[in-house]
Parts: sequence; C-alpha cells; structure tokens
Amino acid sequence: RTMQYGTTPGRSIAKVLIANRGEIACRVIRTAKRMGIQSVAVYSEADRNSMHVDMADEAYSIGPAPSQQSYLAMEKIIQVAKSSAAQAIHPGYGFLSENMEFAELCKQEGIIFIGPPSSAIRDMGIKSTSKSIMAAAGVPVVEGYHGEDQSDQCLKEHAGKIGYPVMIKAVRGGGGKGMRIIRSEKEFQEQLESARREAKKSFNDDAMLIEKFVDTPRHVEVQVFGDHHGNAVYLFERDCSVQRRHQKIIEEAPAPGINPEVRRKLGEAAVRAAQAVKYVGAGTVEFIMDSEHNFYFMEMNTRLQVEHPVTEMITGTDLVEWQFRIAAGERIPLSQEEIPLQGHAFEARIYAEDPDNSFMPGAGPLVHLSTPQADMSTRIETGVRQGDEVSVHYDPMIAKLVVWAADRPSALSKLRYSLHQYNIVGLRTNVDFLLRLSGHPEFEAGNVHTDFIPQHHKTLLPTHSVIAKEAVCQAALGLILQEKEMTSAFRLHTQDQFSPFSFSSGRRLNISYTRNMILRSGKNDIVIAVTYNHDGSYDMQIENQTFRVLGDLCSEGGCTYLKSSVDGVASKSKFVILDNTIYLFSMEGSIEIGIPVPKYLASASSEGTQGGTIAPMTGTIEKVFVKAGDRVKAGDSLMVMIAMKMEHTIKAPKDGRIKKVFFREGAQANRHAPLVEFEEESDF
Amino acid sequence: PCARAAVSRSRAYHGDSVARLGTQPDSGSSTYQENYEQMKALVSQLHERAQYVRLGGSEKARARHTSRGKLLPRDRIDNLIDPGSPFLEFSQFAGYQLYGDEEVPAGGIITGIGRVSGVECMIVANDATVKGGSYYPVTVKKHIRAQEIALQNRLPCIYLVDSGGANLPRQADTFPDRDHFGRIFYNQAIMSSENITQIAVVMGSCTAGGAYVPAMADENIIVRKQGTIFLAGPPLVKAATGEEVSAEDLGGADLHCRKSGVTDHYALDDHHALHLTRKVVRSLNYQKKLDVTVEPSEEPLFPADELYGIVGANLKRSFDVREVIARIVDGSRFNEFKAFYGDTLVTGFARIFGYPVGIIGNNGVLFSESAKKGAHFVQLCCQRNIPLLFLQNITGFMVGRDYEAEGIAKDGAKMVAAVACAKVPKITVIIGGSYGAGNYGMCGRAYSPRFLYMWPNARISVMGGEQAATVLATVARDQKAREGKQFSSAEEAALKEPIIKRFEEEGNPYYSSARVWDDGIIDPVDTRLVLGLSISAALNAPIQKTNFGIFRM
Repeated sequence: RTMQYGTTPGRSIAKVLIANRGEIACRVIRTAKRMGIQSVAVYSEADRNSMHVDMADEAYSIGPAPSQQSYLAMEKIIQVAKSSAAQAIHPGYGFLSENMEFAELCKQEGIIFIGPPSSAIRDMGIKSTSKSIMAAAGVPVVEGYHGEDQSDQCLKEHAGKIGYPVMIKAVRGGGGKGMRIIRSEKEFQEQLESARREAKKSFNDDAMLIEKFVDTPRHVEVQVFGDHHGNAVYLFERDCSVQRRHQKIIEEAPAPGINPEVRRKLGEAAVRAAQAVKYVGAGTVEFIMDSEHNFYFMEMNTRLQVEHPVTEMITGTDLVEWQFRIAAGERIPLSQEEIPLQGHAFEARIYAEDPDNSFMPGAGPLVHLSTPQADMSTRIETGVRQGDEVSVHYDPMIAKLVVWAADRPSALSKLRYSLHQYNIVGLRTNVDFLLRLSGHPEFEAGNVHTDFIPQHHKTLLPTHSVIAKEAVCQAALGLILQEKEMTSAFRLHTQDQFSPFSFSSGRRLNISYTRNMILRSGKNDIVIAVTYNHDGSYDMQIENQTFRVLGDLCSEGGCTYLKSSVDGVASKSKFVILDNTIYLFSMEGSIEIGIPVPKYLASASSEGTQGGTIAPMTGTIEKVFVKAGDRVKAGDSLMVMIAMKMEHTIKAPKDGRIKKVFFREGAQANRHAPLVEFEEESDF
Repeated sequence: PCARAAVSRSRAYHGDSVARLGTQPDSGSSTYQENYEQMKALVSQLHERAQYVRLGGSEKARARHTSRGKLLPRDRIDNLIDPGSPFLEFSQFAGYQLYGDEEVPAGGIITGIGRVSGVECMIVANDATVKGGSYYPVTVKKHIRAQEIALQNRLPCIYLVDSGGANLPRQADTFPDRDHFGRIFYNQAIMSSENITQIAVVMGSCTAGGAYVPAMADENIIVRKQGTIFLAGPPLVKAATGEEVSAEDLGGADLHCRKSGVTDHYALDDHHALHLTRKVVRSLNYQKKLDVTVEPSEEPLFPADELYGIVGANLKRSFDVREVIARIVDGSRFNEFKAFYGDTLVTGFARIFGYPVGIIGNNGVLFSESAKKGAHFVQLCCQRNIPLLFLQNITGFMVGRDYEAEGIAKDGAKMVAAVACAKVPKITVIIGGSYGAGNYGMCGRAYSPRFLYMWPNARISVMGGEQAATVLATVARDQKAREGKQFSSAEEAALKEPIIKRFEEEGNPYYSSARVWDDGIIDPVDTRLVLGLSISAALNAPIQKTNFGIFRM
C-alpha cells in the first residue's frame, strides 16, 4: 500500500494529542510512532508514572485524578493541544470520544478531531432518532409499540404487525413482573390479561408495551469506516455476545456460525447506516441477532471500539492508521473488495475484578505481572507494567489479550495457552474466569449469546473447588525452597560459608525431621507433615496420603519458576509469594494458597478476620457507624466504603470491643489498610 | 577469556593438588557383606531406639501436655531454630535403662546445638512429659554437660524451661555435690560473666531452685497462663504460712512481667515465646569470627555407607583407618604426615565442610614411634590453629619387655600430655575399641574433647572383656596353685563368663551414653555431618594458644 499523508493541503497531521490514558493511549501512540507522527500525552496526577506518559514524545499534566478534572476537562486538553502545536486530537474510546461538544470545540479551535463529525455523534447518541434514521435507510430495527391506545384490539394488531414472538411488558414494570413472552397469536389474549393482572397488582398500572422478542440474542457488531469523500466500507463483524455486568469480556471476529450471505447483509446494512449519517472515520454498528440469524439495529458507536484489534487481526489492517489517514483527508485505504477476511481472532479482556463476587471491580498494585510473549499473532494491548497500579479512578481493565489463528478452534486453543501465561499477583483478576469461559464446551461450539454467563453460571463459577493435594505439595515445596534460598543468601554473606548449620537440610541425629506446615485454602487449614529425606527430597503427608516431593526454584526472565516432581509427576509453574499468599501459575491453572499468619503477628497481617478489619480495596469511607469503646457483634456493620462506584459494607469479623477507628467519614483508605482495630480479649 | 576463567576458578597447577585417599571396596566379598549386615543391624537398632526415645514420655503424658496448648520439647526446638536447619542433638540415650523400670527417655531433657536467627546456640529443653520434667541425676549431668559445651565453645544458651525441679526421691544424687543441681546456676552466672548470653524461656513451671534459671538469665520470656516462677509453690506456701494462692497469681506471666520484673517478655503461647526468643537472639549483635581458613566444601568420593562394610561390628577384624577418613573428609583429600613412620598411627590434614582438621587415626596398637609421631602432629595442629579429630580404635600401647625397655611409657606420656594440653578444638569419635591408655592418648572423655561420639559398634573399657577375664583367671589360677589346688577349665569358664558379660555390657555404647560418658551414639554414615556441625560450633570460641608442659625426653 502506498502511504499518502497530507494529500489535502493544510490538513496534514505531524503531531497528535491523545486525549486518553491506559492501553488505548499506548495503542494510538504506537501507530503514531510508526507513521512518524509525534505524540502528545496528557495525564492526571494519578497517571504521572504510567506507561502512556513514558511512551509519548511529550506529556502534559492536566489535573487531579478524578476524570472530571482531567481526562474530561475539555478546555485543559484543548489548551495542551494548542500549546504543544498538535494538529489533531485522538480521543481513544470512553472519556471524550463520543462527546459532541468536544468534537465541536476542536472544530472551532481548528484542531482535527479524529472521529466523526459532531452531527453524526449527535444523531447516533439519541436512541429514538438513530432508530428512525436507520429504519428510513432500510436498516432492520427492533420493532415495537409504545402507544397510548391500550385496547386489546390495538395491542393485538401491533403484535401481529411486529411478528411473533413478541414480548409484552408493563410500562412501569421491572423485575420480570407484568412481562410475558407470546409466541403465537393464539395465546395473545390470555397472556395479555395475565400480564395486566400482575402489573395492576404490582404497580397499580396495567399499561403495556410490545416489542419484538429476540430469544437469547447475540450481540454482533460491524466495523465500518467512512471518509470525507462519501465512501464507506465494512470490515466484517465481531461477536461480543458474552458479557457480564452488561460489559463485554471476550470478543471474536468473525462471528461464529455466520454464513457469507448473512455476513454480507450485515456489512451492507452497517454501511447503509454509516452513510445515512454521512459517517467519517471509524464506527461500529451494533446489532442484536436471533437464533435464525435475523438481525436488528441497536445503536452505532461513533468511535474506535475497545475490541477493534480482532478486526485488525482478521483483515490485516491498522485501524488507527486508517483513522489518521482519513482524518487527514485521505480516502479509505482499501475498497470493499480489497478487504480480506483471514482466519479467526479472539480478544479476552483482562480486568481487575472478582468473578466470585459478582465481578466486582478491583484496584491495586500489579505486584507481579508476567505476560505471554507477543508475536505476529499474539498481541498484548496494555497500559500497565509490573509495579503499576490499577487505579480506582478509571476503568479497571488491565489488558487485552488478542490472538489470531487460521481457524476458530486453533485461535481458541491459542487464547487459552496464552491466558495461562498471563499471570497477575496483587489484585483479583478474571484470568481464571476467562480460562473457564474459553474452555467451556458451549463456547467452543460457538453457541454464544448474551445470557451465556448467567446460563452457564454453575460451570463457569464453580463454588470453591478443592485444591488438589499435589498442588498443596507444590506450594509447600516452593515455600521450603524459598526459605532455603534465603538461608543460602544469608550464608553467602557471612565469613562462615560452608558450615553445615547453614544448609537447610533439616538433619537430625538418628531420627528424621518432620515439620508440620499449615497452609490455607479458602477458609480451610491444610496440615502438611513434611519429612526431610537425606537425598534432598521430602515426604509430604496430607491427611492419609503421602507424596514424595522434590524440586528446585529457578529464575527465568525475571520470574521465579518452581520445578517440582510430586510422586514422579514433573511440572513447572511460575511461583510468586505475596502478602502471605503463594501463587502458582501453570498450564493446569492457577492456584492460590494462603500462609496463615501466627496469632501473635496478626496485627501486621492482611487477614481481616484476625485483629481487626481491613479495606477490601482503595476507596472512600462514606459512613462510620462505630467509635472506640463500642461493643459490637460479629456481622455488625462498622463502616460503609465507596470504591469503584460501589458501596461496600465493612462488617465486624467477630464479637468484641472497638479499640480504635482509623478513618473518619470522607477519608480515603488504601487497599488493605486497617480500618478498625479490636481490643484483644485480655492482656497486653 | 576461557583460559583465564579456567585458571582463576581452580588453582590448576599440580603443586596444590592433594592426593585422593581411599579405594573401592570389594563389595562382593563375604567379609564386606558380613560387616555391612552387622553394622547395618546395629544402625537399625540405633534408629529404632532413637525413635522410641524421641517420643519422650508416655502417650498419656504427651496428650495431657499438648491438650494444654503446649508444644512437645522437640517441637519447641524445631520451632526455635532456623526453619529447616539441622540440629546437633547430644546424648539421646542419657538415662537409657539407667533407672530400672523407670524410663527417663533422653534423660528427661533435650540438649543440642542449633542455629537461631543465624547464631549457633546451645538449647536445653526440659521434657515435661517425662516425670514432669523433674531432674534425675542424669538430667542434671546432661544439663551441666550442655553448659560445659556452651562454655567451651562460647555458645549462647537458651533454656526452654518446663520442669518441676529436682527429683525428690533422688535428692541425694542431685543436690549436694559440686556437679549437682546448683552447678546449673553457677554455670549461668559464670557464662554470663564471660559474655556468653543466657536466655531462659519459661514455658512451664520453674519452682524452687528452678526459679533461678530464668532469674539468672540475661534476658527471659514467659508464657502467659503456662509459665510460672516461684521459690515455693502453692502447696508449700499454704503449708508454711497458710496463704492460699493460685500458681498463676503466685508466679505467672502477669505478675512477673508487670509487677516483679522477674521476666522481660510476655508471650501468648509457646509459638509466640519461641518467636520472641528468636528476636532476642537477633538483637545479640553476635558475629561468628573464624580463626581458621575455609574452602568450598566437597563431598567425599566414596559413599558413606561403605563404612558399614569396611568397619563392621567385629572389633577383632582390622581395617585401614584411611578408608574411614576417605569417607569423611572433603573430596577424600588427605595430606598425610609421616606416612612411613610409626604407621600404626595415621596422621594428616584434611578439610571437613571446608574447615581444616588434623586427623589422628589408629591403625593398630601404639608403639613408641606412633606415640611420638602423634605428639608431633598435635603440636603442629596447635601451632597452626587446626582443630584435631581423633578417630579412636585402639586396644592400647604395645606391651612387653622390649617395648618397656625402649621407654614406651615416656613416649606414650608425650602423646597423652600433648593431647591433654592441646587447646585447639578436639573432637573424638570412637569408631571401634577404646581400651586402656590408648583411650588417653586418643583423647578420651578425660581429655576434654569438645565433643565425643561413639559408633554403635564401639566398645569402651579399661581393657577388652576377654583380656580382663583372662587376667583375672590367671590371677585365680595362680592363687589356687599357691594353695595347691586345681583350677579346672570349667571353673575358669565359670569365672570368665560373667566378667566377659559384664565388660560387654559396661563397654557398650548405650551403657556409656546412658551415663553421659559421651555426647551421643551416631550412625557412621552421619559422621561427616556430625563432625562438620561440631567443628562449626567449636569455632565460635577463639582458638587459644597452647602451652605444652614438660615432655619427658
């Protein structure tokens, strides 16, 4: 392909400001660098040392951590663009990317906004407007009746017009009350009456609306591009059906099980949609799709999407480059016929969140972070490095893992293989969940839909699985070997380097040394009787089973690996110890085993149930219910904390008297900060 | 760069190389196999007996102990020393079959050296599951021996106290004499005065005299609702004054940490107490300074268990002590001294776990030359600050007119004097017989080796049982002859049999160990490790200059 920058005089881009942070800022900077465009980063105080700041050619502070005062502060960003002489602003996704006012402001200031015209943002931003524009342009939309006329006849007529199955819903409804799915005209009357009765009872209002019912729909979206010359193309579809908390978690392109005919229809409908609003730049047209592969327009996103890399992988394009070129006034680099569709790509979003706790978002330091090796078909899109912090102020996404292979099954195994190597310690992540998800037979079969996670909840989120005894042995071995290394390090800086006392041989005279170690899995203590053998191996007894264990620790690429053999079965796993927890990452999965802290050290421990309570994550103390001297019972509410826009009630772990409350209302508490201290039952 | 690296890694010119010692035994030979089986059987017996001793008191006593949240003494030690580090235990068989039906496993007290926060310490732990941890005479002896080791090697002492005090029915054998109960506190005072730290951890009762263990310590720790310290317990107080008071109120942790100031640190439980003890040792600001050079240690070339097949259990079967040395020292390298002179005594330099040692081993009866060579070698080691290792397997000095005429008595005396005076650390391992004056020349217990260990095949007595029986039979026959009576072979056998039996019993290592005549019976395979640990411990004390007395020339 030929590169033609600045073909439109006066609109060439030599310097771009990226009005974003995290992985997308890094992503944009990377392409800008490749294209020889200087990059200007902006950052909030919280991001002073973050990766996008390091990567950019210039970086400017734009205010305190809260986005309102930094990444959403339009004036400040325009100011930086002007003073740094950036000709264009790339808004990334989120923040100001779909802000009509900002696009308008850029225009007024003579700065290129890398995105669609503000009118397109406006039109697509209002649901009812966008639907009617689309309907007019011949794009299929979900039909419905929201009228005043509530007569049986009228409702029935509309239902027939929409086509069964339909859903009737109480206008004031909620929680499924007053809602019925009607599959044929025959049952309409009976269902309507039943729904009305229920609605009347529940909401004292029996007004109904009707919508086309799409059973277990899929979320399929089409990547489109338009240019200033009236051209528009589609870059095929992505399937983003699998979601939690109404947010995508795993995306793929192309959508599985869709034939070329449907694919073409989808693409053409999306292009029609783009053209209807004279779209320029990257956009995404979202559809819901039923099991018969009928699809209906939902909305259009007037920005580059988080999941754009899967499209890049199957089309061999760089969509950010396209954005730059189109913004500079160029034509779309490829015609529709020239855009290839090759292979299959997946994107898994790695989030700081707790899948076991309704995917509650988390924050905190990435104490240990190691990723699979990036290559031609594996991309790691991230804005953080080991040692960085996932901030409470912004989206808790850590990275996107993007893989490509010739077909879906190979891409999927590649995804799982790579996920196994994505190891994070310091905060809860969804990596294990993604592994279970991508390994689910229904997912493998491509039977995805938006209810996938709730439907397969049991298999995706197994209630705490029992850790295999072999894994416990590995953890114990790792602990012993680490202890040994520390002893060795001590030995080597003494004068007395070879004394047998300084080797962790566990030797005793005439008797063997058996050491009871206690490790914790969830809430259960596991007792391991470790006998030191003279040959350097260990016999580990857990309950009534004894294992012969040996191995060593080795260091590779800055990570520590535990090579172990348990009853002759050899394995190698990444080994990390943090905060009294042992983490083992291997192809078999990840294991987390706690090291119980002795009671006398409890005050220094991170275990909330020991001496007091600790902050589950960084956040603001909203309410304090107790004061020093109060007697509380286990389970009593002590404080309410707001973190990640969620309320967390801090409850008393035990009965006792409050000795000290460490925070007042409005104060900020860091993750693991003690919140309340209990008095010891006696003494000290 | 390759060539340079090679040169700098090892001194590759031949001038520095030391010949490897030892030969591959014919492991298929019947002697080897018989030896192996016999020694193996002795070692198995040793392990079985140790396994029993390890348990401590009765199952009931142990269950009662642990049900109170207390750790067993060996668990206390395991939790006190650096995790996974070795523990050099002494006199496991103290009290073994010593008090008839009364079993006192390990003498009711566990002693040994272990590293605590990186510092080699003498640990003395009462076993309250054995007669309430009360002091039998052997308990006192073992405790005092541990203190003697600590004093000689300047090792900080940690007393894990859990004892009811002296064993009242045996008070006569535990109280009045110099090396009885009182000596424990005397030693504490003396060691403290010599900057050898004394730490006491009160994990049970410390009554009467026992109260002085924590009271005389430099720093101490007490476990709440578990440790008590008082001069007289509640029953005695009631008897004396009529005052009724609980043990906890009379001498518990709260009283002593808050009011009396008898104790310094307050522990919640055993684990906490041991944790605090480790912290105390950390704050000793102790630094081990070696008076010797060290070199990277290297395993011997030959497997240690070949010692079973080489030595065996039959003391009448001779073996070359060099084969033993070859299985103990670093890289089986032995720099022999005076190899062709007085060859019934093998002398030479080697390293064990990188530490230098001068080794003296027996290859037969001692002659004048052997004794003079030995004395010479001891002098060399003393001059060079090299610890001495005696591998004792000696029937004695040569007897007979020619030898007496040659002055073997004065030559033997030279060796005995040299060994007695030597101030470098001396360690003795009895690997075979230890008889007569040979015991003296080869640094028997009376010559104050820092450590003395026995192999399970060893025998120790003034002479062999058969010799003693023969001597006594000869005397009896002569007596009868003077009286003009016959001494039948049946009579002779009847006379000799109990003597042989008695010598056999009393010369047995368990008999010796039970009375703390040695510091323990060890598996020959463990010899190298035990020696390494012992030398390491011994080097905590600066090596003193030796002054030899008069050598009779």
